[in-house]
Parts: sequence; structure tokens; C-alpha cells
Amino acid sequence: MSHDSTAALSYLQEPKGLKSWLLTVDHKRIGIMYLCAIMFFFFVGGALAVILRTELLRPERILMDADTYNQFFTLHGAIMIFLFIIPSIPAALGNFLLPLMVGAKDVAFPRLNLASWYVYVFGALFCLYSIISGAVDTGWTFYAPYSTTTSTSVISMTLGVFILGFSSIFTGLNFIVTIHKLRMPGMTWFKMPLMVWGLYATAIIQVLATPVLAITLVLLIMERLMGVGIFDPAMGGDPVLFQHFFWFYSHPAVYIMILPGMGIISEVISTFSHRKIFGYKAIAYSSLGIAFVSFLVWGHHMFTSGQSEIAAMIFSFLTFFVGIPSGIKVFNWVTTLYKGSISLETPMIYALMFLFLFMIGGFTGIMLGALALDVHLHDTYFVVAHFHYVMMGGTVMAFLAGIHYWWPKMFGKMYSERWAKVVAVIIFVGFNMTFFTQFILGAKGMPRRYYTYLDQYQPLHGFSSVGAWVLGAGFMIMAVYFIASFWSKRKVGDNPWGALTAEWETSSPPPQHNFLTDPVFKHGPYDYDKIAVVGDYYKQSGGTKMAEKI
Amino acid sequence: MSTTHADAHPKFLQHHFGTAFQQQESSKLGMWLFLLTEVLFFGGLFCAYAVFNAWYPETFVNAHKALSWQLGGLNTMVLIISSVTVALAIRSMQLGKKKLTFNLLAITVLLAFVFLVIKYFEYSHKIHLGQLPGNLYTYTGIEGTNPHLFFSVYFMLTGLHGVHVVAGIIAISWMMYRVHRGDFSAEYYTPIEMTGLYWHLVDLVWIFLFPMLYLIG
Amino acid sequence: MTTHSEEHKTHILPLSLYLNVGAALLTLTVLTVVVARMDLGVWNAILAMVIAVSKASLVALFFMHLKYDNKLYAVVFVGSLAFLGLFIILSMADTETRGDLDPIRENPIVREAIIYRDSTRFTNGHETSELDTAGAATDSADVVSDSTATHSTDSQTPDGH
Repeated sequence: MSHDSTAALSYLQEPKGLKSWLLTVDHKRIGIMYLCAIMFFFFVGGALAVILRTELLRPERILMDADTYNQFFTLHGAIMIFLFIIPSIPAALGNFLLPLMVGAKDVAFPRLNLASWYVYVFGALFCLYSIISGAVDTGWTFYAPYSTTTSTSVISMTLGVFILGFSSIFTGLNFIVTIHKLRMPGMTWFKMPLMVWGLYATAIIQVLATPVLAITLVLLIMERLMGVGIFDPAMGGDPVLFQHFFWFYSHPAVYIMILPGMGIISEVISTFSHRKIFGYKAIAYSSLGIAFVSFLVWGHHMFTSGQSEIAAMIFSFLTFFVGIPSGIKVFNWVTTLYKGSISLETPMIYALMFLFLFMIGGFTGIMLGALALDVHLHDTYFVVAHFHYVMMGGTVMAFLAGIHYWWPKMFGKMYSERWAKVVAVIIFVGFNMTFFTQFILGAKGMPRRYYTYLDQYQPLHGFSSVGAWVLGAGFMIMAVYFIASFWSKRKVGDNPWGALTAEWETSSPPPQHNFLTDPVFKHGPYDYDKIAVVGDYYKQSGGTKMAEKI
Repeated sequence: MSTTHADAHPKFLQHHFGTAFQQQESSKLGMWLFLLTEVLFFGGLFCAYAVFNAWYPETFVNAHKALSWQLGGLNTMVLIISSVTVALAIRSMQLGKKKLTFNLLAITVLLAFVFLVIKYFEYSHKIHLGQLPGNLYTYTGIEGTNPHLFFSVYFMLTGLHGVHVVAGIIAISWMMYRVHRGDFSAEYYTPIEMTGLYWHLVDLVWIFLFPMLYLIG
Repeated sequence: MTTHSEEHKTHILPLSLYLNVGAALLTLTVLTVVVARMDLGVWNAILAMVIAVSKASLVALFFMHLKYDNKLYAVVFVGSLAFLGLFIILSMADTETRGDLDPIRENPIVREAIIYRDSTRFTNGHETSELDTAGAATDSADVVSDSTATHSTDSQTPDGH
């Protein structure tokens, strides 16, 4: 690593040695360790996706038989959901940023934070072990009674997910306490960056919903070990109850995925419009609103499960309420863009992609929440396309916006902007080729999770598969330019984009205890109307300092 | 861990907190959030209980008579008294009486063991009769449909609660060791307080389990 | 943030308070048993839960110091109960209303579990799962040809080993 013009060594430089990383309680290092772990699983899950799409190129066998296919889509789902997307923004980026953003030296419970990483790795090992010991073929939802009767290693996988739940709870608990108790002097609730609000709402869902998943999986394991019969219709139990239990967690979990992403978008859009965020309080409250409503709508996953019609109507009705806070956010982002001086750097490109793709995902979500339409579209590729638009078009795009935005802060290096923009276009094209096609497939009646299909679907399936290859190629190039950035000779300034949140006030990368002097709240996170900020994209000799007040 | 700030602060204060009060408040909030997760962890089983009780009301009424309200009631008393002793243990540490704290914690652990012993007798009686969950159920003396579901719920709930009692014993014993080691004082007793909160929650869960399973079915 | 000396005042509650609350809890335990021994119909359940809630409140307010501590903790605790309530109520909105609007022509859930069809399992207190399968195959009167029930006929050995 290079010598910085500032005197202090960065968190990357001291202390040294592998042990200092493995036993670190520094939230920044734990964030980086999470980042490495989730990127590994993103790669595994992504590779599985490309293999699956390749198999679906033609209706007949290309790479694997039907059983292997079932195991592969289950693994793709379980790895992407539990090992990548749920910890992606909160545990990796959130861990790194939250204390910096609120001006704290660390999260409230640093050792618990480290424990959460090890618990994550431990849980992940169980999930990986299940691959060797008879890969699960239930789908990531583990629906009873199939999951209680299949001969594959459901116990290993569910135990892994059970353990991963603790990791998620630890992170959420840590964040809530940090936000409540460790904000710097002067930072009141409505002066926090919106990313922090997003993480706060996320953390609330994490601590409230995850325990229910835990007990669900315990019951599932007990069902397999002892046949307790709670989810077994042959034993007087209720398999639909399993779905209630599961979705009481997993629907809010969808918002664990999207809420911190929305936080990133709020930051990025304001910074690159150089304009005060429009409707700060509305965005902040709508995060909490989404968190609350997320607990009331889970039954919309179960319209065709045998759930009562009355419950289905209640859940359908409640589902539409999700549109309100989500709409509030989108309108406020768009209004922030209006008359802003927009600069199209890579993070902003991803943020705009998020807006476009998330809206498609959101609107199709409202369609699927409509009871009568869902009965037709349930378990078709339409649903697959919808949740990929929300999770990948929403969360992953937000994650990419975030990683491009904070990469210089995390490592003090800048990736190649030119390549990054090229890749953003490739990903956008590849994504829409893959998944917009699936809306059409679904509307035509192609069921999800099928190994083969009628010949009439082949052209669309083929097009979708080619899109997946484009997408895969885009991510490979991205990996190359990110890794190449470590050898970049050019030093990045402390505040390359000219942003006003607190993390940009410390050096890039930050020193071990985040700030050399105890930070005090000086200006609001979006006071672009009061302060002119000049981004110091590349640090020249000496470098320009940030925030020049007028 | 950094020692740059430690000179000006008491030994128990971690570097990223400004004051001992801030640290204590953070721990308490963290503990309450943990208790919240515990409530929802048990919540799944409470939900299963509610659903099956509503589906098979007669079975639940008949099956609960198979449980001994005497033993259940006795166990309730035991847990309540242990809750009092752990609360008093915290109070005596607030007053700086270390010896008394140690003894009160010891009584709490003892009562927790009494609870488990009584539970053991209840379990072994049921195992002997075949009043077991789900597939293992072989008892014939209960009228109504699907009495095995009552015992599924019973064993899952009390089993999970029992695991929490065991965890409580471990936690309180650890606190006894730390009191003995001299970690705590009238100024710093947060870990005992957190352990106490946990133990009260174990008591709280049982306060609901007792009437639900033993009294009304 | 407030300074150390200002806020860090622990109010030590009097010993008598703890003992009185403890006595009240024990009394309420006796009371709930006494009430449960009487046949009050639906009131049995209601009274039992009222007493349980009172006991829980005593523990939370005094032993767990919710009455004296930062109100945020009370919000967290009550919040957990509220969300548990939502969970149970919305789940039961389904389980309690199945077939109300569109009657289920064939009962999807076996109201009498298959294990009871085999009388031999109850004689010696031991049972094997093979017997279950036999029981279900011979008697399909209650197992109806719904899709869920189709699952049920091949799911009698949930242990799968």
C-alpha cells in the first residue's frame, strides 16, 4: 500500500498480519470480510444461474438430468437469498459505513459483530455440506410436506439457514443500538443520512422476523427427526401453516433486501444531482412504513396454496399498501433529479437503472398482489421475472451503485470509470434480455422450476439464456476492473464525489478508529443548497480539501 | 484493543463508548432487542398452539388433564422464586454486597436445577405412558381427535423452554464466577443485569405456558 | 450525550418491593390454579390468560425495571408482543375461515391422523412406521382425493430414514 499524505495509517495497513484480520473487532474490516464472503457466494450463485439458463436453452437435456436441475435451482435460490442478498448491503456495506456515517468509532457491540461473521461462515459451511451430502431439491422455500419427505439432505441445509439467521439477527441488533446510542453529538434523528434510516428499518425487520424463520426451521427439522406432525396433513397438522410461518419471515426478508438498497439510492441520487434530497422526512418515514407493512402482507405468496379465500382477500388488500411508501420514495427521488445538476458517474448510472428496473419490478408486484390475476400467474415465469426485477434489478443494482460509490472510500483506489460505464450498459442490456423475456414467457403460461418445456417456448427461452450469458460476461469484466484497481497508481481524494455525509470527512481509506478527532455534527447530509462541495476525484499533490463553505 | 482512551476511563469502559452510562444503556437496549427475538422465537410455537387449540378444542381440553397441574404449579412457584432471587442479586450488587450477590445467584441456579428435576419426572412419566409427540404417540386414554398434536406442541414448547433454562444456568454460573473473580462493583454490574433480564424472560414464558398447557389446554 | 455524573444514577428499589411483588406472583399462581379447578366454561380460559398477563406485567414492570427504565425498552418489549399478535391473528384469519366462502368439497386435512387407524400400535407402547403405511393404504375413507391428501398418503414416514 502506498504512503498517504496524511500521517495516520489506514485500517487496511495496521495492525498487520492474518491474525489481526481474523480476530479483528473493527467494523470496517468485518465489513470487508463480509464483502469477500458474499462476493464468493454471488459468484457461486451466479455460475449456477448461468448453468441453469444454459440447460434451458433447449427443451431437451443439454448439461444435466432433471434431478440435478432441481438441485441446481434450489441451490441457486438458497445461496443467492440467504448467503448473498440478505447479508449483501447490511452486513457488508452497512457494517463498513454505518459507524462512519453516524460518526461513531465502531458499532455498539464489536465482538458480537465479529461473531456474526463467524456464525455466517459456519452456517454457510452447513449449506455447502448439504451439496455434497445429497443436494436439496425442495426449492429455497423448503415447503412441507415435500421437504419433510424428500430423501435429500434437508436437515443440513435448513440447519445452515437456521445458523445464518443468527448472523442476521446479530447484525440487526448491533445496528439498532448503534443508531440509537452512538450518533455523534448534534446528529439528531432527522439529520441522519437516509442510508442510516434504510439500515435502521432493515435492522428492525431482521430482529423481528428472523426468529420466526428459526422456529420454523426447528419445527421442520423436528418433523423430519421425530414426525411431530405439526406441518403434516396426514397427522392432522397443516402444511399451509408452514407457509404462514415461512412467509412471516420471508416476506419481510424481501424488504431486508430492498430497504438498504433504497438507502443507497437516496445517497447516490442526491450526491450526483448536487441537490438537497427532496422530501427527506417522507423518505425516512416511508422506510419505517415499508418495514411495518411488510409484516402484514405475507399471505400474498399463498393465494393458491389452499389458504382460505377470506384470508387471501385480506392479504391482497393489504398488499396494495406496500405501493404507497414505495411510491413516495420513487417520487421523491425523481423530484430530487428534477433541475439538479446531474453528473453521470458510474454509481449514478446504476442508481438510474435501479429506478427504471425497480419500477417495473414494483408494478408487476402490484399486479401479482391482485388476487384474481395471481391465480392465473402464480408459479409461472412471470413471478420469476417479477422478483428478479426487484431483487436483481432493485437490490443488486443498488448494491452495485453502492460498491462503485464507496469503493474509493473503502480502498482508497479508483476503478476504471470507462470500463465501469461499459459494463453498466452490458449489465443493463443482459438483465433486460434475460428477465423481460420471462414476463412474456410467464404470461404465455410457462411454469417456473420446470426442467423442460413445450417447443413453442423455445425462442423466448433461448433469448433469455443468451441474455444470461451477456449478464455473466458483464460481471466477469466487473470483477477484473475492481481487482485491477488495487494496482492503480493514482490516489483518490477523501471526497471524490463531493458528497456531504460524514464518511467522506475522514481519509480514504479511513484510519483504524474512523476519525482522528472526535467528529461533531457540522452540516446536514444533503445541504447542497448551503455548501458548495468540490469533489477531489484524484488527489493531486497535496490534494484539494472538501467542503468550502460559502 | 486500543488503550489510548482507556487511561481517562474506568477499566470496564470500552473504547468506542464515551461514558459508562452510554455503554450501560447500549447493553440494555441490545438485551431488550434480544428478548424481542426470543419472544418471536417462541411465538411460532404459540401460533401453532393457537391454531390447533382452535381446530381441536375438545382434544386440548381432554389432553391437558394428562398433565399434572400440581407439578406444573410447583414449577411455576420455583421459577417465580428464582426470579425474585436473581432480582435481589442485582440489587445487592447495586449496593456493593458481593458475597450476598454470589449467594443469591447460587440459589437461583439451584432453583433452576429443581425446575429441571421436576420437569424430568414429568417427562419420564409421559415417555413411559407413550404420551409423546406425533409419530411416537401410543397412548390410548385421551378422547378426541389427534391428541398427539397436543403433545407435539407440549414437548416442543416445554423442550424449547427447557433449553433456555439450561442456557440460563450456564449464564448465571458464569456470572457467579465473575462475581467471585471481582469483575463487578456497585458502579459496574451490567452483565449481571443482562443475565437477570434473560432469566426473567424465561420466567415470563413459563408464566404463559403453565395456564396454556396445564390449566386450560 | 449526557455526562456521566448527571444521568448515571441507579435507583435502588427497596427490598420490600421485590418481596411484595414476589408474594403477589405466588398468590396469583395459587389463584389461577383455584380458578382453573372450577368449571366456568369459556371464562376459564379468559381468566387464566388475564391472570397470566397480570403476572407477566408484574415481572416486566418491577423485576425487569420497565417501570423505571428508559421507555424505549418498554416500546421494544410491547412491540414484540404486538408483532407476535399480528402473526397469530393473521395466520388464524386463514386457519379459522377455510371453506367459509367456497366450501371445501373434499376435506384437505385428515381430521383423524393415520396413526390412529392402526390399533396394534397402541397395545405394547411401541410402533413402527411401516404400520402407518399399511393403515393408510387399507382405509381411505377419511383421506380424500384432494391434492393435499395425495401428498399425505405418501408422507407418513416424515423421518425419511
